[in-house]
Amino acid sequence: MTMKVILTDMEGKTHDLLATEEWTVMEIIREGGIPILAQCGGSCACATCHVYVDPSWKSKLPEPNEEEIGMLDGAFDVTADSRLSCQMIFTKELDGLKVKLAAGSI
Amino acid sequence: MTDTNSQNPIQTDAVIIGAGPVGLFSVFELGLNDIKCHLVDILDKPGGQCAELYPEKPIYDIPAVPVCTGTELTERLLEQIKPFHPVFHFGQMAESLQKRPEGGWRLTTDLGTVIDAKLVIIAAGGGSFMPKRPPIKGIEEYEGKSVFYAVRKMDQFRGKNIVIAGGGDSALDWALNLQPIAKRVTLVHRRDEFRAAPDSVLKMRALVAEGAMDLKIGNFTTLHGTDGHVKSITVVDDAKHATELPCEAILAFYGLTMKLGPVANFGIHLHENLIPVNTSDFETSEPTVFAIGDINSYPGKMKLILSGFHEAALMAKKAFTYIHPDRRYRFQYTTSSSDLQGKLGVDKSAA
Repeated sequence: MTMKVILTDMEGKTHDLLATEEWTVMEIIREGGIPILAQCGGSCACATCHVYVDPSWKSKLPEPNEEEIGMLDGAFDVTADSRLSCQMIFTKELDGLKVKLAAGSI
Repeated sequence: MTDTNSQNPIQTDAVIIGAGPVGLFSVFELGLNDIKCHLVDILDKPGGQCAELYPEKPIYDIPAVPVCTGTELTERLLEQIKPFHPVFHFGQMAESLQKRPEGGWRLTTDLGTVIDAKLVIIAAGGGSFMPKRPPIKGIEEYEGKSVFYAVRKMDQFRGKNIVIAGGGDSALDWALNLQPIAKRVTLVHRRDEFRAAPDSVLKMRALVAEGAMDLKIGNFTTLHGTDGHVKSITVVDDAKHATELPCEAILAFYGLTMKLGPVANFGIHLHENLIPVNTSDFETSEPTVFAIGDINSYPGKMKLILSGFHEAALMAKKAFTYIHPDRRYRFQYTTSSSDLQGKLGVDKSAA
């Protein structure tokens, strides 16, 4: 059974991306062929993989840690739905997760 | 070493663009081949991403080094290349590259340093670190006039109403430094917590409490003004409540991001912002110009530091044929070669 992440890009277009358990959402986006800066390569050090999580999915995700919250200071237009996709680990409970790319991540 | 100009350029064998781990290690490989180097980097320190993005984070995949931080890796590389006396030009961006009619290349930086070199090694990683630009419509026309990402002269903010955006050390330091001379300083940050030195945060909170400066929590979303001169900005808080803040200048400190920058105009063939190279010597579409590390591309490329180290060794072998065309290339090991040990300044009596 294949699982997916549904990504909305900067133009508002949606993409069904093949999702693999234990991968980060950033990796799922990058390997799905969607340009995402993710300059530090996933070490929570650059804030260029900023996404917005669809509010309906927020309760299913673990809370961001202090380091991620702090690193979001380097992103723009941060909201209560903001996350760094390199810090979100995909699990089967997240099949169908909806995220939207933020400005500054492409 | 920045007081050079086109009348009096620096002369060297090789100029390396980028002083990250791969640029640093190429000094070693080139040095073993009797090739002297100058390095140019936009950061004010060596280490590239290791220094700027993850100085304190552990790296586990450097061969024979089970774990080290970005800072430690940089320090060890600097120690390793010491015998070759590389010359660094920090805090400047490689701005233009021209082919010299008499052969070789002329590299000019944005600070006016001119370096004439027979070889160019592009080890620029993800590009030049530049300040993050807020994704605000039309911000470009304000940049350098009323929107700034660095403070060159404090005096230009004297008597002005200024907004400082960000929550790290740069934002806090400049808020505290400019508060005494500005008419009013407003610090704008997305949350009421700051990732800055605790002492700076305490000082800022004290100034806010005594009414000597303002703190506004929210995202800076819109600029208002004409001809590049800002009149006010809009800040939106978590409850989507918008506030307009009058101001004459804005300082935005959201950290750095990597942009390819002027390398794109060097006349080398690029593909998707990377430099295609062949895998036998890592030369680009231009002979005598090499690209190693994260900035190059070839079938099977993996963006790992160790890949860049390997690429540096093969690059240096080809570089030798350009710099010493009269000499026969000799493949040697540092373990057994007294020639290489001499270059490294190894004290054989201690071995």
